[in-house]
Amino acid sequence: MLVQFYNVSKIYPNGVKALDDISLKIDRGEFLFLMGPSGAGKSTLIKMLFREELPTRGQIFVASRSIVRMKRSEVPLLRRNMGIVFQDFKLLENKTVAENIAFAMKVVGASNRDIRQRVPEVINMVGLKGKENCLPTELSGGEQQRVGIARALANQPLMLIADEPTGNLDMETSQEIMELLFDINRKGTTVIMATHARELVKQAHKRVIMLERGRIVNDTPHGESLV
Amino acid sequence: MRLSNILYFFREAAKSLSRNRLLTFATISTVTICILILGMAVLLSLNAERFMSRLESDVQMIAFLDRSLSDAEIDEVQEEIEKIDGIKSIKFVSRDESLRELQETYGSQYDLKATLGKNPLPHTFEIEAKNPQDVPKIAELVYRIPGVYKVNYGQGVVERLFQVTHWVRIISLAFIIVLAAGAVFLIATTTRLSVFARRKEIYLMKLIGATDWFIRWPFFIEGIFLGVVGSLLAVALLAAGYGALLQNITSMAIITLVSDMAVLGKVYLALVGTGAVLGVLGTYISLNRFLNV
Ligand SMILES: Nc1ncnc2c1ncn2[C@@H]1O[C@H](COP(=O)(O)OP(=O)(O)O)[C@@H](O)[C@H]1O
Ligand SMILES: [Mg+2]
Repeated sequence: MLVQFYNVSKIYPNGVKALDDISLKIDRGEFLFLMGPSGAGKSTLIKMLFREELPTRGQIFVASRSIVRMKRSEVPLLRRNMGIVFQDFKLLENKTVAENIAFAMKVVGASNRDIRQRVPEVINMVGLKGKENCLPTELSGGEQQRVGIARALANQPLMLIADEPTGNLDMETSQEIMELLFDINRKGTTVIMATHARELVKQAHKRVIMLERGRIVNDTPHGESLV
Repeated sequence: MRLSNILYFFREAAKSLSRNRLLTFATISTVTICILILGMAVLLSLNAERFMSRLESDVQMIAFLDRSLSDAEIDEVQEEIEKIDGIKSIKFVSRDESLRELQETYGSQYDLKATLGKNPLPHTFEIEAKNPQDVPKIAELVYRIPGVYKVNYGQGVVERLFQVTHWVRIISLAFIIVLAAGAVFLIATTTRLSVFARRKEIYLMKLIGATDWFIRWPFFIEGIFLGVVGSLLAVALLAAGYGALLQNITSMAIITLVSDMAVLGKVYLALVGTGAVLGVLGTYISLNRFLNV
């Protein structure tokens, strides 16, 4: 098991109960959609995976390590197992495509040689060959998200975590990004993606966990709940 | 740690420093002024101490004896004085010797003995203390010995000298504390602005899995740079000024300044070290408050 949640609840300091007694398991190699309306708790659940938020109650294990009991100093190592993809891409605007990806490797202490070798690989993987030296502002939204995905893959994570990665993209571009994520999943990386784009999920026939007001209302292995 | 990482830290620090040049300049200037005053105070008290120890070593006591004492009683007084702790030397000066000395200062055309009729001076002991600070205490003990009617040691002068250096120290310390606080505050502000300018990048670095120290290093380098450059400027100014002073003053015999390069070098090095500490302190405060890593 890659991820285990046991009776996890999250109450924010302002009293909002974002998650209510969540239990779930995610296997290595799975592709999982987290679905639900805005405010259902998708982002909260995702943030717990990389320990940006801690649960108020319950236990979470990632790669057999307890998120709750983990020391502060161990958090960076946890996060190096994960590639995170953001809705707003979070690219550094003054850096080129290649530099943005190299940056992610640099900050975890990769050697220059590894960086020189890996950056072209992931640029190829996401189909951005020829755009290495472009600045983010010279790219379309879909291309920018490809850079975001390439950056997330640079350190060869066990899992890719994406919170509304297509939230800022049109339908056609979103479908292209989905194809890329399926491709990455086929090559062995676990993918966890939060979205409220029903259309995308429906076509995918992947596992879907439906959240509503902080509770799991449905967990279907091939998205049967959406038909 | 990789060399490429260290280069990266320095590059990031340099970027931050050049991003807000005015603040960088203001911070370095404050550190310079602070360290300059600190340095001046240190050199001043170093020299004051040297000056005093020479001056004080000249300070001796003179105990005046009752005129009615017999020779045996004078010997007793001497024994009593010799019992006191901290005495370096004691010398008996008879009234005749004293008069002769006095006569010498007046010259031969003026006959003191003829004018005064008889010798009005008392017998005295000239007493030297081992430690100048003990002079007032020893004088008090000598005064209590029966047969001694007065002890002179330039009362007040020694005490006043001690008081002056005491106050010089307190006042410069107050200045230094205020300025050091200002320097630390400015360094903290510089760091805070750098953190603010890079907050998106920092958040991203944290989520990618950078360690806290990887994120902190550029800021510490920035802070240490501000502290060290500021104090280097101060030391350069101080060394130039003090060097000029040394050259102009060696011709005068009365005042001799501390010119030992080993001592001065230590002082200058300590000042640069202090600058670095201010830098670390400012960065530390700022990072703890504004960078939650
Ligand atoms: N940092 C926070 N502080 C307080 N309340 C929050 C915070 N983040 C989210 N919430 C609240 O928690 C609930 C779930 O939010 P979120 O996990 O972002 O849902 P989703 O991603 O499904 O839209 C919402 O009611 C939201 O307002
Ligand atoms: Mg959300």
